[in-house]
Amino acid sequence: MPRITVNEAIAQAIAEEMRRDPAVLMFGEGVATKRGELVAEFGTARVRNTPLAEGIIAGTAAGAAASGLRPVVDLLFAPFLCFAMDEIVNSAGKLRYMSGGQFKFPMVVLAQSGAGWTVGAQHNHNLEAWFVHSPGLKVVMPSSPADFKGLLKAAIRDDNPVLFFMDLALGFQAGEVPAGEHVVPLGRAATLREGRDVTLVSYAKTVHHCVAAAEMLAGQGISAEVIDLRSLKPLDEAAILASVRRTGRIVVVHEASRLCGVGAEVAALVAEHAFDALKAPIRRLTGPDTPAPSSWPLEQAFVPQADAIAAAARELVGARVCA
Amino acid sequence: MHHSDQAPSPLALLETMMLIRAYEEALVGIAAGGNAPGTCTSVGQEAAAAGVVRALAPQDRILTNHRSAGHLLARGADPGRMIAEVLGKRTGYCKGKSGSLHISAAELGVVLTSTIVGGELSLAPGVALARTMTPGDDGIVATFFGDGAACEGVFHESLNLAVVWKLPILYVCENNEWQAFVHRRETMPMAHVRDWAAAHGLVAETVDGNDAEAVHAAAARLVARIRETGEPAFLETLTYRTRGHYEPDDQFYVDRAELAAWQARDPIELLAKRLRAAGRLDDARLAQIRARVAAVIDEAVAFANASPWPETAELFTDVYA
Repeated sequence: MPRITVNEAIAQAIAEEMRRDPAVLMFGEGVATKRGELVAEFGTARVRNTPLAEGIIAGTAAGAAASGLRPVVDLLFAPFLCFAMDEIVNSAGKLRYMSGGQFKFPMVVLAQSGAGWTVGAQHNHNLEAWFVHSPGLKVVMPSSPADFKGLLKAAIRDDNPVLFFMDLALGFQAGEVPAGEHVVPLGRAATLREGRDVTLVSYAKTVHHCVAAAEMLAGQGISAEVIDLRSLKPLDEAAILASVRRTGRIVVVHEASRLCGVGAEVAALVAEHAFDALKAPIRRLTGPDTPAPSSWPLEQAFVPQADAIAAAARELVGARVCA
Repeated sequence: MHHSDQAPSPLALLETMMLIRAYEEALVGIAAGGNAPGTCTSVGQEAAAAGVVRALAPQDRILTNHRSAGHLLARGADPGRMIAEVLGKRTGYCKGKSGSLHISAAELGVVLTSTIVGGELSLAPGVALARTMTPGDDGIVATFFGDGAACEGVFHESLNLAVVWKLPILYVCENNEWQAFVHRRETMPMAHVRDWAAAHGLVAETVDGNDAEAVHAAAARLVARIRETGEPAFLETLTYRTRGHYEPDDQFYVDRAELAAWQARDPIELLAKRLRAAGRLDDARLAQIRARVAAVIDEAVAFANASPWPETAELFTDVYA
C-alpha cells in the first residue's frame, strides 16, 4: 500500500471525487493558486479562488449545494469560521429542516486548527464542538492519512453539510493509504488498539498521544484500548459504550477546551448508559479554557500529552485496587 | 399566474397588489388575535413584488426575506398553503416548520428564504453559480432585501463576488426607510443604496418603488440585460414601510408626517387612479377585483384553519438528507 502524507491524501480525495462527479467543485482563498494540478485537470470553473471573505464563501457554497452542486470550500483556519457562522449554522444547517425537506446541502467545509505551528489563537482554536451543537451539520476530525482520504471522500458524497477539521500538526504525517476507491463512512469510530483495563477515547492529534500512552501503559502491565472517534457528529455511541462495558474505565482526551467540549458529551453518554459498568470515575484530559498561546512550550503545554494520559489511566486502574 | 417577458397588463399588476394587500391584512387580523407570531408585512411596498416578480421567467429563481409574502404571491403561490404555513399546519409549503418568516417553495422557484437579515444575499451567488454551470440554463436569480440588509457586511461580499464571478443576479433592494426600529437616515450616510452597488461595479438603478408599472419596466430591462450579459445588476425600489416592523407594533417611533406623506402615495391607489384616468378602470371593475381577491383570501384562511397540525414525529424529520 502506498505511503502518502495527510496533505497528499486530501488532494487525492478531492481529485478522485471531482473526477467521479462533475457536480463537485472547490473554491476558497488561494484554492486555485495552491492547487494547480486541480485547475489543470478540471478547469477554472470548478476550481476557483475567492475574495478573502469567509461569509460569502460559505454562503455561496450553501446556495450552490441547494441548487445541485457539491461544493468543497477551504476556509483555511478554524477561527476564520467565525465569519461564516451564519452561513454554516443558520443556512446550511437549518434550511433543509425549515423548508420542510425541500432542499439539501451537500457541501464540505475544510478548516485547519491545532497546536504545532505556534501561530497563536486566531489561527489555532479547536472549535469543532460548536458545530456538534448545531443541528443539521456533520463534523469530522480524522487522525490518519487513510482516514483523511476515506472520510473526505465520504463527506463529499454525503448529502449534508460536513465540517471537515484538519489538525494542522498532522499535515505532513505519512501513512499507508489505499489507492483509488477508499471510503470511510461517517459516524464510525475506529479501535486502534484493543485492551482490557481502560479505554482511551480521542480524535485528531491526541489520538497519537493516546497510542503512545497505551504503549507506555503496556510496559507497566496495564492494557489500554484506544478508540479514534474520527466523526464527532454523528458520534459512534455504540463503539464507546461497548468498549467501556469491557474495560470499566474511560479517559476522554482532546485538545479543545474542556467546558462543553466533545469529552463532556462522551462522559455524559457513558454516565447515562454504562454507569453500572464503571469501575472508576470518568476522566477528561483536555486543553485549558484559555486562548491557544503562540510560544512553543506554552502551546505544547496546552495539549494533553502522552505521559499525562498514561498517568490518568494509571490512577483509574489504581482506584480499582484501592476500592 | 403568468410569467413572461411581455409586460403584464396594468390591471394584472393591480390585482396582484390587491391580493398581497388583502393577504397581509388578513394576517394582521390573525396576528391581532394572538396567532401568527412574527408576522412582518410589506403593506405599502407591494409594487416591488408585483413589478419585479412579474418581470421574471419561469426558469428564474427567487430568494427573499422576512417580508416575503408579496414575492410569493406574485409568483403564484397558493395563499392557503402560505397561511397554513404561518399557522404551523401540516399543509403549509414547509410542513409548518418555517412559519411566516421563512417560507420557500421550490416548485415556484422561490428558494432559500432567510430571515437572517442579509442571509439571502449570502446564498444568492451560489444559486446563480449553479445556473451558470448547468448547460442550457439561462435562468437568473432575483434576490430581495432591504436597506437594512445593505448595512450588513455580507451585502458587500455578495455584490463583489457576483461582479468578479459574473453571476446572473438581479439584486432588488426594497429601500423602505426602516431597518427594524431605526430609520435609514441614522444608519447610512446617503439616501440610496444604489451608490454602494454602483461602487461595486454593478449597473445600478433606482425607481419609484410605489409605481408598479415603473418597477416592472425597470426590472424587465435589467432582467433582459442580465440574461444577455450574464452579469449582475441592481435595482433599488424607493418605498416606505407603512406598518410596523412586525405585528403588533404601534409605530410610536415613526414621524407621523413622513408616514402620512407616503400613505398618500399608496401603490394600489396610484395605479388605480392612473387606470381610472385612462378609462381602464371604474368602480364596478374595482369592486369586481376586490370581491375576487377577498374570496381567494377567505378560502385560504378557511383552508388553513381546517388543516391538521403536524404529527409530533415530524419534529425529527428533515434534519438530514
